[in-house]
Amino acid sequence: MNIINLFRISLKALYSNKFRALLTMLGIIIGVAAVIAMLAIGQGSKQSIQDEISKMGSNMLMIQPGADMFQGARMSASATQTMVLEDYEAIKANCTYLAAVSPMVNANGQAIYGSNNTPVGMQGVNEDFLHIRKFTINSGRMFSEREIAVSAKVCVLGQTVVEDLFGAGVDPVGKSIRYNKIPFEVIGVLSEKGENGMGQDQDNVILAPYTTVQKRIMAITYLQGIYTSTTNEEVTQKAKAEVEAIMRSQHNIKEGDSDDFNVRSQQEMLTMFSSTSTVMTILLAVIAGISLIVGGIGIMNIMFVSVTERTREIGLRMAVGARGRDILSQFLIEAVLISVLGGIIGVAIGVGSASIIRNTLHWPVVITSFSIVLSFAVCTFTGVFFGWYPAKKAANLDPIDAIRYE
Amino acid sequence: MSEIIKALNLKREFMVGNQKVLALKGISFAVHAGEFVTFMGASGSGKSTLLNILGCLDTPSEGEYLLDGISVKSMSKNERARLRNRKIGFVFQTYNLLPRTTALENVELPLMYNPEISSHDRREKAKMVLEAVGLANRMDHTPNQMSGGQQQRVAIARALVNDPVIILADEATGNLDTRTSYEIMALFQQLNANGKTIAFVTHEPDIAAFSQRSIVLRDGRITRDEVISKPASAADALAGLPKEEE
Ligand SMILES: Nc1ncnc2c1ncn2[C@@H]1O[C@H](COP(=O)(O)OP(=O)(O)OP(=O)(O)O)[C@@H](O)[C@H]1O
Ligand SMILES: [Mg+2]
Repeated sequence: MNIINLFRISLKALYSNKFRALLTMLGIIIGVAAVIAMLAIGQGSKQSIQDEISKMGSNMLMIQPGADMFQGARMSASATQTMVLEDYEAIKANCTYLAAVSPMVNANGQAIYGSNNTPVGMQGVNEDFLHIRKFTINSGRMFSEREIAVSAKVCVLGQTVVEDLFGAGVDPVGKSIRYNKIPFEVIGVLSEKGENGMGQDQDNVILAPYTTVQKRIMAITYLQGIYTSTTNEEVTQKAKAEVEAIMRSQHNIKEGDSDDFNVRSQQEMLTMFSSTSTVMTILLAVIAGISLIVGGIGIMNIMFVSVTERTREIGLRMAVGARGRDILSQFLIEAVLISVLGGIIGVAIGVGSASIIRNTLHWPVVITSFSIVLSFAVCTFTGVFFGWYPAKKAANLDPIDAIRYE
Repeated sequence: MSEIIKALNLKREFMVGNQKVLALKGISFAVHAGEFVTFMGASGSGKSTLLNILGCLDTPSEGEYLLDGISVKSMSKNERARLRNRKIGFVFQTYNLLPRTTALENVELPLMYNPEISSHDRREKAKMVLEAVGLANRMDHTPNQMSGGQQQRVAIARALVNDPVIILADEATGNLDTRTSYEIMALFQQLNANGKTIAFVTHEPDIAAFSQRSIVLRDGRITRDEVISKPASAADALAGLPKEEE
């Protein structure tokens, strides 16, 4: 019997037991719909974190004092004061894969304008920092090399600071604010950047020449970090190795001794966040697997019922010339049809509920074709796997017994 | 005339628990092309067992059986399925039509398992045999929309559709009233007149009287095998029945 006829027979058998077929499919439908929707949400949040991280800067490479901070061990104060301006200069002079390099010192304090005040961090950087963090100037200008050289008391404000100090719609360029009691002239305003992936407001910031922050506010000579930007994504690893080599020679670290600094790239942050969502994806896959096994057992159960009910039909088909393999394919196709139809409905419901979540809750949702293809593959497999035993039982029936079956 | 069926010392034993039941104890006979044979005998005499072997649904424990010159004994299951599909037409006591399936599709069924026949030929052939059994206007009816007699006609059409060398019927009139039985027998006689070979199991002597030859089984053996010199005409018998109430 050819495959089209087998499909017609199976469809007919399902159609004459519509409600039962639907109930059997329900296990598969729920499993697939849940997987599609959850993967879409997981993928969506992963994607948005990735977007946020890449918005944070252009191929950033961050050099910080102390061993890898991600391990969580707290450094002693002296261990965090090992990074100096010479390190920055050496990197800037010798590193071939970097497009921009900026020192970094962070001061904490209050900004005051008139009767308004707001707690805000002041980042001491150079003019390259705009490119590294993908900041742009909205009005006014960035401070110049000369202003850095003379530790000028000038600053550039983020949008949040402008709103907090001046209220909306006011251009603060040319006005004077006080930061930790020291007067600063506002020479520029940054364009709005919004929250980053961790929910931090990136506009609540004041940029000032690093020399100014070092000398006038913090009274320190060391750097708290060096921010750099590689020329492109491909050279990140090479740039990192190069920076590490320069830093080790700068700090006279012998072979085998551990670094007193760490270099992290934006890409590593991406992978770190991706790995948490990989764990989530595996968990989802396990849940999906379990629900599909449950659905598959439902199919197996109903296929046994179907084979028993149609014993006489099987006997008759054999009497008029059906071979075991014809009967086997007939029931196998029926099982696969149940699971694949269930899969189609499940995908539709999954995609539908994902869109509803996007439109009502405004969560980021990304439906990948991979998850849909995977669902169908798993459904087909489930149908074949759980349909096999009942179908084999049908195929092995003795025609004489089957045709006399009451 | 060629031998359609040749049975040589057929034996069939069943194991029931650890007891042997001898259903057939050595049966030999031949059926030639164009014959209309009935098998008679008391219940349990082995008629169905014999017919199942003749129809290649079952194999003898001992003895040799040739269908249309082909030895069935050493055939595999699949080969026997193919033989049933190409050379045999079955008619059962309980019709055994597929429920919720039209007469036409029921008749097409055996040809579905024959990949050499196109779907167009299959449909044409099924229509032709349905017309031949007098159901030209019932092709779209499902079994639950037809009387027992009509259902059995569909079953006969299904048995004819693959041009079998022999039609095997096991108590094909067992579920029908006298008038309908005679109608079915008239149909069989007409088919036989057109050259079909028929083997028909029954335990009603008046049905056997419509055939040309009667083989009587008793306790797994043939006790009588006689030619009926002047078979009764089922059409005449039908005419002789009292008129049905209006
Ligand atoms: N599958 C089987 N297992 C065991 N014994 C069987 C089996 N099939 C038939 N028999 C036995 O073989 C004998 C012949 O049975 P069979 O069905 O051929 O009789 P029959 O002549 O067709 O009877 P009836 O007129 O009632 O249909 C009986 O004694 C029966 O019990
Ligand atoms: Mg019987």
